[in-house]
Amino acid sequence: MKNHDNHISSYSLNLTVLLILLVLTTTSVLAIKFHFGAFTVAVALIIASVKAAIVLTYFMHLKFENLLLRLMVSGVFLLFAIVVVITFIDYYFR
Amino acid sequence: MNYNSSPTAPLNFLNHKTGLWSWLSSTDHKRIGLLYLYSITIFFCAAAVLGLLMKIEKFAPGETIMTAQTYNGIFTIHGIIMIFIVVIPGLAAVFGNILLPIMIGAKDVAFPKLNLFSWYVYITGACLGLYSQFAKGHVPDAGWTFYVPYSAEVNSNIVIALTAAFVLGFASILTGLNFIVTIHRMRAPGMTWFRMPLFPWSLYATAWIQILATPIIGITLLMVIAERTLQIGFFDPALGGDPVLYQHLFWIYSHPAVYVMILPAMGVVSEIFPTFSQKPIFGYMPIVFSSLAIALVGYFVWGHHMFTSGMSYQARWFFSLLTFLVAIPSAIKVFNWLSTMYGGSVDLKPPLLYAISFIFLFTIGGFTGLTLGSLATNIQTHNTDFVVAHFHYIVFGGMGFGFFAAIHYWYPKIYGRMYNIRWANIAWAILFTGFNVLYFPMFILGLQGMPRRYFDYDPKFQTGQMISSIGAFILIIGLIGMISNLVYHVRRGAIAPANPWHGVTLEWQIPSPPPHENFDEVPVITRDPYVFDNPYTK
Amino acid sequence: MSTTEHSDYIDSDTGKMGMWLFLFTELFLFGGLFIVYAVMRTKYPEDFHQAALELNAFIGATNTVVLLVSSMTVAMSLTAIQKNKPNIAIGLIFITLILAGVFMMNKYFEWGHKFSLHLYPGSDVMKTLPHGEIMFFGLYFMMTGLHALHVIIGGILLTIVMFKLKSGKINQEHYLLQENGALYWHLVDLIWIFLFPLLYLIT
Repeated sequence: MKNHDNHISSYSLNLTVLLILLVLTTTSVLAIKFHFGAFTVAVALIIASVKAAIVLTYFMHLKFENLLLRLMVSGVFLLFAIVVVITFIDYYFR
Repeated sequence: MNYNSSPTAPLNFLNHKTGLWSWLSSTDHKRIGLLYLYSITIFFCAAAVLGLLMKIEKFAPGETIMTAQTYNGIFTIHGIIMIFIVVIPGLAAVFGNILLPIMIGAKDVAFPKLNLFSWYVYITGACLGLYSQFAKGHVPDAGWTFYVPYSAEVNSNIVIALTAAFVLGFASILTGLNFIVTIHRMRAPGMTWFRMPLFPWSLYATAWIQILATPIIGITLLMVIAERTLQIGFFDPALGGDPVLYQHLFWIYSHPAVYVMILPAMGVVSEIFPTFSQKPIFGYMPIVFSSLAIALVGYFVWGHHMFTSGMSYQARWFFSLLTFLVAIPSAIKVFNWLSTMYGGSVDLKPPLLYAISFIFLFTIGGFTGLTLGSLATNIQTHNTDFVVAHFHYIVFGGMGFGFFAAIHYWYPKIYGRMYNIRWANIAWAILFTGFNVLYFPMFILGLQGMPRRYFDYDPKFQTGQMISSIGAFILIIGLIGMISNLVYHVRRGAIAPANPWHGVTLEWQIPSPPPHENFDEVPVITRDPYVFDNPYTK
Repeated sequence: MSTTEHSDYIDSDTGKMGMWLFLFTELFLFGGLFIVYAVMRTKYPEDFHQAALELNAFIGATNTVVLLVSSMTVAMSLTAIQKNKPNIAIGLIFITLILAGVFMMNKYFEWGHKFSLHLYPGSDVMKTLPHGEIMFFGLYFMMTGLHALHVIIGGILLTIVMFKLKSGKINQEHYLLQENGALYWHLVDLIWIFLFPLLYLIT
């Protein structure tokens, strides 16, 4: 159970990350006031993905983990994206 | 540690502690593997009897021994037990647990307690499955696929059966999780990725599917439960839901699940062919990468179960193409196994007999799979006995015979005793004959238009049905012969040497049965896995 | 006989990899629901638009902020234990638990409001709605319900972590359990980051 040479992320880094996340949240709430039409979903999802990436990288310490774990996480998200795309090959052309 | 202090009766994992509780509380991967083996065997026998009952019903047209409703219940529970309780955990949970740590030179899996926990989860799920049969109300009759809208509306114990499948999926996830971490973190010094034997490789590919596909069916089954209990209508057309979406989600898991069944079987025969040919495996790397390719591409072909469900033409085209592509790595493996035997000193012992019949049956199942994967021929054969024959050739002929090969191969290692070889050969011959007599006519019946899941049929199908039913009896006799041979010799068999087949992978370098912690000292690996001229370690 | 039947020693990287793999399964569990959402949304864009107006974006945004802050406090508690400040770590986890409670309170009022309007699956009002709105509310209850269940599980996990910090079982040398508890909590946050815009914002 011993934890060696783990990177310690400082309090201030965590606070900065939170502030960025809050700014992004505000942006996405405000963004719906402007009507992007069909792009509203895209804008909201892009902002959400950026937020998710920040949480994964800093709060979940992926930045400080080994390459293997980072590859696994990206692979899993990629796999899910492919599954959604394939499902829509059916629904989009139906 | 004093398990080998006495030379006359060395302590091993079977006898270092005794009593029922020492088994039920053991975190030893080998004991957990045996717990799985015994539970799976019991459920397999029960489901095999149910299969025989179905075949007796079909011996003659009309009602023979059961009503249509009973028949529906029996094929449902036969499917649920065979798929979720026997075949999906099957090789990974039994032989993966017993042998994976040994083959990579580890003392145990990464999370031994979690491993034991997964067995309890499994037993809970299995008991729930049984409970759905005996609880008040009607037995589930929606088939193991639980297709909506029928499964969402019918008045039978579907919710219990769905919960059972959900719980069993959780056990499967925990096993997969354990194996991935074990393979990444617990390999012995010098055991690089490409010095790893092929059975662990196949388990690695399998484990990823278990982790990444099983949750999808978990949530899907939860949605059907929500639909039945809370009237949330995701799949109910009356509320705007989409039944085809259920089929998508169901097969996103259940097609990869086919590879959860077959990949470890491929791993098993990849161990058996080099040992019984006394020759290195032909094309180690292609076999490794074809396992990974099957796992990956197999994730994207789920739609070929849905060609007649009203999917878009583009999607059918896409799924059909990928289905053809996923056949390539399987074919590569078949060529490699055959080439391994070529020029080797082939020793036709029971494990090899089962491995060769695996290739024979799997090839038939694979080719008929392509028939079903083509859009045009699929329309003709969809939901006929052709499909039933195809997946029994893959699942029983593939995974089942792979399992029998594995048990005959590693039996002397696990129990330190040998079964009767002659007896095993005879049982194999009966089993193999019975299998083909039972299932091959179903290809023809299916092509003639015999639909699956019908308890009755047009008299013109009677010849085929009768032959098939006779095959079922031969198959059951073969099974009884095989199992009784194995069970009888657990205690009475001749003492087996540590390495009866002259294998070279790590499990053959330790005593039989293996000691409690596998290795007295951590092995250091310096060579490739299948080098036959001298001992493996040091 | 040996007393240490298979040592309990789990090193940090092994334990963390196990946790990540478990988180993958959680992602795919919710992933199935996201697929249903995507399909239904393409099928009924107008109804989804209408139904989403029923949700209170303010409560949704508040809960987003609550979860984000709690994610930071749990991350900071890890920093604290790495710097050998167990009391700060305990305090930060306690704040996280309070925030989890606030989240659940909000959720309770939100759901309660929906129930008082008879907007729940199978209700008479629900049956009169267009198909797409029924789907939206079905998804809303299923997704937020499953998410709330994860908040509760995460809360229990962090409570255990807190007590182990108190007893010193988790300390500067051994804090794998706290790391994994934190990872689980971040996952809860991660899911919400997607649920919030999909359910509350896209109107």
